[in-house]
Amino acid sequence: MESIDGIATYPMISLLIFFVFFSLLFWWVLTASKEHIKEVSELPLDDNEPNNEQL
Amino acid sequence: MEVQQFHYDNKIVKNFLYATMFWGIVGMLVGLLLAFMFLFPNVTDGISWLSFGRLRPLHTNAVIFAFVGNAIYAGVYYSTQRLLKARMFSDALSNFNFWGWQAIIVAAAITLPLGYTTSKEYAELEWPIDIAIALVWVAFGWNLIGTMLKRRQRHLYVAIWFYLATFVTVAVLHIFNSLELPVSALKSYSVYAGVQDALVQWWYGHNAVAFFLTTPFLGLMYYFVPKAANRPIYSYRLSIVHFWSLIFIYIWAGPHHLLYSSLPDWAQNLGVAFSVMLIAPSWGGMINGLLTLRGAWDKVRTDPTLKFMVVAITGYGMATFEGPMLSLKNVNAIAHFSDWIIAHVHVGALAWNGFLTFGMIYWLVPKMFKTRLFSRPLANFHFWIGTLGIILYALPMYVAGFTQALMWDDFNPDGTLVYGNFLETVNEIIPMYWMRAIGGSLFIIGVFVMLYNVVKTIRSGSKVEDELAEAPALTRVSKKRTMGETYHTWLERKPIQLTILATIAILIGGIIQIVPTILVKSNIPTITSVRPYTPLELEGRDLYIREGCVGCHSQMIRPFRSEVERYGEYAKAGEFVYDHPFLWGSKRTGPDLLRIGGKYSDNWHLNHMYDPQSTSSGSIMPAYQWVVRDEHDRSQVQDKMRTMVQLGVPYTEEEIAGANESMAEQALQIEKNLYSDPDFAKGYEDDKKSATENGEEFIEMRNREIVALIAYLQRLGTDIRAKESNELVSENK
Repeated sequence: MESIDGIATYPMISLLIFFVFFSLLFWWVLTASKEHIKEVSELPLDDNEPNNEQL
Repeated sequence: MEVQQFHYDNKIVKNFLYATMFWGIVGMLVGLLLAFMFLFPNVTDGISWLSFGRLRPLHTNAVIFAFVGNAIYAGVYYSTQRLLKARMFSDALSNFNFWGWQAIIVAAAITLPLGYTTSKEYAELEWPIDIAIALVWVAFGWNLIGTMLKRRQRHLYVAIWFYLATFVTVAVLHIFNSLELPVSALKSYSVYAGVQDALVQWWYGHNAVAFFLTTPFLGLMYYFVPKAANRPIYSYRLSIVHFWSLIFIYIWAGPHHLLYSSLPDWAQNLGVAFSVMLIAPSWGGMINGLLTLRGAWDKVRTDPTLKFMVVAITGYGMATFEGPMLSLKNVNAIAHFSDWIIAHVHVGALAWNGFLTFGMIYWLVPKMFKTRLFSRPLANFHFWIGTLGIILYALPMYVAGFTQALMWDDFNPDGTLVYGNFLETVNEIIPMYWMRAIGGSLFIIGVFVMLYNVVKTIRSGSKVEDELAEAPALTRVSKKRTMGETYHTWLERKPIQLTILATIAILIGGIIQIVPTILVKSNIPTITSVRPYTPLELEGRDLYIREGCVGCHSQMIRPFRSEVERYGEYAKAGEFVYDHPFLWGSKRTGPDLLRIGGKYSDNWHLNHMYDPQSTSSGSIMPAYQWVVRDEHDRSQVQDKMRTMVQLGVPYTEEEIAGANESMAEQALQIEKNLYSDPDFAKGYEDDKKSATENGEEFIEMRNREIVALIAYLQRLGTDIRAKESNELVSENK
């Protein structure tokens, strides 16, 4: 491991990638509007098909 | 707004459903046969194409790519059309996807038993089939993305994201792991060698589990569980976090398949860290699935579909809890190479993939044939016998794994192994193999009951191949964000941008792990005494690959006292630099073979291959009599060596030109060695005499396959043993 040049920067880069990735993800999720989430989550149920009660 | 009428393509879904059931039964029956081979090793005695080593990859490929693969297509083609309110983009692509995939499965079912294999797990198929897989997969992706572009639903539901990520990632994995240089129409060598091949293979292998057995099924879960429960998913926000964190983290976890191996430590530790992290998104997804049933648990009591799905999601939760645990180095030290792993993967395959597929089938078939399920009691019977089958399969395998691993590690006070004979540890767990075979049988009985139920249901229904639907056309909106539209809402209606972001998320992990291992030379220390295989050994190695020896024997001694004591000096990265492909293996049904060279006489190997129980009483290895009898076709050796040269193996022109003489010489020497056993000499001479008397053709021992195999086995691990002095030959840093 010691033989790899500049290895000390790798942990820092990794941390940054992670921090940015998850910050963006949570920002995205937390700022989503309630109506939008409700609308999208009901997509599978909205297909004018009879429900499967008679299975 | 104009309302458009269009038809959903049910025919393609129906075709995939039939294929799912057909190949499921085939794949599971092959698995059952293999389970019984642990108990009756010679049940297919003398039939090369029904031998354990060749059937094992057939079982894994049939279950993963044929059973689960067709189930994915069935579910994706059904749900995508409804979620996007559009027929699939192109019927031609749909049909090409269906028939192409079935042709690939048939090609696999023929070539694997005939011994055409690359030996890399879940990527055993040879290069022409690899190319066909890539073409069919691209057709699938093209069809999927095309449908998104002509959709009538603005927002892309999370299931669609999972399908997209599946398409992109499997394409990347398949292409990079299948890079191989052909020798002939059905023979190739991996472009990577040793440690690098192992890393790429398990980056692929682990992510085949992630992106073929998991992400598409999560997509199916996010569609079919709300459908069956008739309520939206518990938390859509959680599903967004689930999706992105899962695909981002999963891709890094591959090296946990190589803990304590010769892979550089930094890569091993990276794999461990990400595997532990994986529990968060996995359990987020499981909780999301199960909590969707909140307030609907009364339905679970009566609805077979929901029952299957609850057990499937629970199985997912168990397997994804176990996965991170198995990735911890101290747990892995016990579990790796043992039946614990077999239990782990079957909880995933039988419960998560199997039961989710069954639940989907019970829901889809009545729906598509406009009828009711023929018999609910039969479906319930299937559920219970299947659940019992899973338990009876998994529990004994856990016990077997623990028992055997602890026996492998057991020392006497004087420092010798308590169970020095590997067979003692095998015989101890035979009762567990019996229970496993019974559990597997129960599971398959359940599948046959389902088949009967489905056939009866279809007979009572009516076929609707093109189902009429209507939806308003999408009005065009700006490519940019509209007023008040946040970034995520914009992205959720942009399939191409979403695909690109998902691709970036999965590429980061792959690049960081694989590129340094291939480019940084110091990761693989070279050892000067390690030389390329002789031509005969190379041919012998190809026989080892053909017969699937790697399915039961590892070539990777971990740096543990118990393993060094049992097998010899632990493995060094530099020993494998000429191994295209690597043959480390992942399961020890038999002992490790890395240092088998010189341990036994040539005669022992010959007798052992002909009748393993004669040399090792109670062995469960099947006989390989055809290897002992058959003439060996060594005509391609020079092509093979030239291919190896292109891959960086330093054979000289003289060595290649003199390959045939070199092989003849080495083979003759082995034949001479065999004569040292009077029993062999007598039997062999008698055979020869009777053949000439009857005018039959007699194949000299030196021209038979066994001689090359012995040459290879006797070579194994001897390169650094020649240097067994105090001198440090290499370091594993």
